[in-house]
Amino acid sequence: MKDNIVTVQHLSFTYKDTKHPAVNDVSFNIPKGSWTTLVGHNGSGKSTIARLLDGILLPDENSETLIQIDGITLNEKTMWDIRDKVGIVFQNPDNQFVGATVEDDVAFGLENRQVPRLKMQTIVHDVINQVGMLKFQKSEPQYLSGGQKQRVAIAGILAIGPKLIILDESTSMLDPAGKDKILALIRKVQKENGLTIFSITHDINEASQADQILVLNQGTLLASGSPIEIFKDESLIKSAGLELPLFYKVKNKLIKRGITVPQEIDNEKKLVNYLCQLNLKM
Amino acid sequence: MSKIIIGRYIPGDSIIYKMDPRGKIIATFLFIVIIFLANNWLSYLFLSIFTLLAVWATKLKPKVFWDGVKPLIWLILFTSVLQLFFTTGGKIYWHWGILNISEYGIQNSIFIFIRFVMIILISTVLTLTTTSLEIADGMEWILKPLGYLKVPVAQIALVMSIALRFVPILLDQAVRIMNAQRARGADFNSGGLIKRIHSIIPILIPLFIGSLTIAIDLATAMEARGYREGAKRTRYRVLKWSKYDWINLGYFTLLTLILLLTRTY
Repeated sequence: MKDNIVTVQHLSFTYKDTKHPAVNDVSFNIPKGSWTTLVGHNGSGKSTIARLLDGILLPDENSETLIQIDGITLNEKTMWDIRDKVGIVFQNPDNQFVGATVEDDVAFGLENRQVPRLKMQTIVHDVINQVGMLKFQKSEPQYLSGGQKQRVAIAGILAIGPKLIILDESTSMLDPAGKDKILALIRKVQKENGLTIFSITHDINEASQADQILVLNQGTLLASGSPIEIFKDESLIKSAGLELPLFYKVKNKLIKRGITVPQEIDNEKKLVNYLCQLNLKM
Repeated sequence: MSKIIIGRYIPGDSIIYKMDPRGKIIATFLFIVIIFLANNWLSYLFLSIFTLLAVWATKLKPKVFWDGVKPLIWLILFTSVLQLFFTTGGKIYWHWGILNISEYGIQNSIFIFIRFVMIILISTVLTLTTTSLEIADGMEWILKPLGYLKVPVAQIALVMSIALRFVPILLDQAVRIMNAQRARGADFNSGGLIKRIHSIIPILIPLFIGSLTIAIDLATAMEARGYREGAKRTRYRVLKWSKYDWINLGYFTLLTLILLLTRTY
């Protein structure tokens, strides 16, 4: 077993003006270096979990609750150490851009950590280069597209050298092309920097590419497992108010029709190859 | 919205652009003070020459400066005309009731006119050649001494730079809301005063809610990136005093000296 970077046990959270908990007794682990996706429809408590992991919200008092990130147990004292390890890219690219220009924004996290200016300059230059925004280093946000702003947000997070990046519906306000580019960029930086990704989305296609999927419905965790395990069960996904990705829909329909599709086939290309082979055998 | 010249910045590359915003802001403020040193034809001549040289040094089209003066032209003319008719002294050329045109009246109205135009020109030079961000940085440096009076200068500076950053976003949002309300039949450009005020409400309320949402989101994002209220921070952006700022300072001192020398007491 690989080490877990995030351990969450019996996490519950209730917003002040509501009676029902937004997150209800959720427990899960995130292995180091993996890409874990949390799916659920609107209002299922996904974003609340992101904020709980970073200490922006504090869980309901319960002696059994435990949030551990990279060996540190989250509480009011360790909150700021946790934030050195976790970076969040939020949904709206406009509302998380703090600095007046790209480089200012990337430097914001470093300024908060009192990094000396000379060191800041090299770090800022490096991470802006890493996300491919060097051309726009001095640009103001109103001249950038949504996808470019998200790139800057990622650079701002890379600057502080985190272990875990949380994507809180980071691509939901982008157009399809921008979305694919951002996801490809995140995959690239994940490899280069050895990061763990925890993405929160209701885009089921994005989820199908993860290592681990957590399905959340109305604050409770319905299931967790690899995409193959999760998408086998259409009724589970339906009960969470979601739809299967097209590939799994086709696969499940084929199985229903009596065509045996082996378990390990987990993407479109493999399925096409398999079906062509079947055709040859017939 | 794009017609507003106040606070507009036009990118350029002349010597004035290379100057430090602190020097420019201070010089502009002091300029408005020393302009009152001028009290005769010669000093006003020098004042005009120095101002026009500064305008020329920006290498911007004269039209943008005219755009700066235009909205205030009626105020300038009104003040000058009042000076013309109500100042007495010297030779009197024309007289009717309490109105008269005298030698001093003509002189004073021309002085007032020059004074007005020069103040507007110099402040336009500042705003056209300095980004709002640089102005905010410069202001922060100037306000620094207030820190000794327990004024939270660093927080004010952060507020200023965030506010400036959201001006274009909120303008965009206002236009979008107006268009959305127009699509539902709202009419912003007709009717009496009361009706027009009424028609602003469907713009203001969504705009207000929108800015609160932005504020909450931004606060969360800032906190997630390690911002702690009142904690010490380092600065990425710093202002650099260069040789151009000595030129700026020298130019300003020269003008002050000339005005002092040519002034009649």
